[in-house]
Amino acid sequence: MNFDLNLILESLPQMLAGFGITLKLLVVSGILGFILAVLLLLMRISGKFYLNWVAQVYIYVFRGTPILVQIFIVYYGLPQFEAVRESFLWPILREPTGCAILALTLNTGAYVSEILRGGVLGVDKGLLEAGSALGMSARQKFIYLTAPIATRLALPAYSNDVISLLKSTALASTITIADMTGIARTIVAETYAPYEIYTSLAIVYMIFTLGLQKLFGVIERYLGRYTRREE
Amino acid sequence: MSDNKLKPLIKMIEVNKYFGEFQALKNINLDVHKGERIVVCGPSGSGKSTLIRCINRLEKHNKGTITIDGIELTDNVEDLDAVRREVGMVFQNFNLFPHMSIVKNLMIAQQLVRKTPKDEAREVAMHYLERVKIPEQAKKYPIQLSGGQQQRVAIARALCMKPNIILFDEPTSALDPEMINEVLDVMVDLAEEGMTMICVTHEMGFARSVADRVIFMDEGEIVEHAKPAEFFDNPKNERTKTFLKQILSH
Repeated sequence: MNFDLNLILESLPQMLAGFGITLKLLVVSGILGFILAVLLLLMRISGKFYLNWVAQVYIYVFRGTPILVQIFIVYYGLPQFEAVRESFLWPILREPTGCAILALTLNTGAYVSEILRGGVLGVDKGLLEAGSALGMSARQKFIYLTAPIATRLALPAYSNDVISLLKSTALASTITIADMTGIARTIVAETYAPYEIYTSLAIVYMIFTLGLQKLFGVIERYLGRYTRREE
Repeated sequence: MSDNKLKPLIKMIEVNKYFGEFQALKNINLDVHKGERIVVCGPSGSGKSTLIRCINRLEKHNKGTITIDGIELTDNVEDLDAVRREVGMVFQNFNLFPHMSIVKNLMIAQQLVRKTPKDEAREVAMHYLERVKIPEQAKKYPIQLSGGQQQRVAIARALCMKPNIILFDEPTSALDPEMINEVLDVMVDLAEEGMTMICVTHEMGFARSVADRVIFMDEGEIVEHAKPAEFFDNPKNERTKTFLKQILSH
């Protein structure tokens, strides 16, 4: 088998043209998914059984079905409803990018809320008792004690999910989006050279992942600054 | 604060507490007056920690009444806030907030609960850090301090809220031996200034020299309740005698 280096050098810039879309999918659904995750978490720990129940069903549904199926349902399924086409969401759902972001957001929100809940459960109960003994309210304890400590505890698992989300964005190529994977598929269809193209695509994702790892490493070191005896 | 010297600051009447089937407190009756120092001791699982944790409602009692400076402890949130402003607590494991500097540990509740302005809260914090003799540690994180220093910070944090009563839940049990005295010294200072204190502790030297009364608990009951001289030299109850023999034999 021949390995055509020229082909790689030619196609790499084309694929990198899709980097912006991959980044957009990751950042927008990452941020919206995080907000959704916090809402789900608050529902889970609200102490109100109906809120907790709704959140649990939601999490079960979105963790229990493949992300690819969720993307297809949003993209092919939702527009069939008159109500969706007439709603304020239509300008978003009319575009494949909007559909992909919606599906990725809904999916990652379910996973991240459980990651955050793990962090919340990891906070030492003694600290919250100390907060109570000092007269702090439940809300004050959550904001000033639970949230910052849970964030640090949840960060390693959360960075894992963000990296996983990066890879999930490649599925957007199945609904006509020209992200890096979408462009690679087009090039493969034209050149019949899947080996070179997909290998170089894989390397691009690895470099991207390395960047994310470094970024989370910096955040982890910052949030963990109080866990080290020596500076 | 009550002007009436005869009226107890803490009054517990027939207090019972269950954890599921297990009865942790059985018919506890206890009056503590302003300025009194009470030491509570007893074997592990005897209910002594539960007793003081009921006083600031970290545990809810199931039966009986607990009244702190005229406020009865119920599910009423405002009453609970008022009681918690009045009662400070020091824990066995310090429970300093690990993500905040020492001075921030002392400021946070002042700012949030007492609505003290930041600068004033910092002044109060530094004042009490000086009192426990570690103002130079103000900017460090709790993990960078020794156990004894952390516990002194925890005491200072409680003092910042200007409580009338401080509860100590085995404050020296998690400390290495050489650090116990620096914490006890702070507690003795507080006692000399007239702070009302209830201390769960096995430091019998402290009990003998500082306490006004010593309470011995076993299986959720107050078994013996006496002045220290009488408690140590002439205990009435067999269980007290056995306990004292065990902890004083070394």
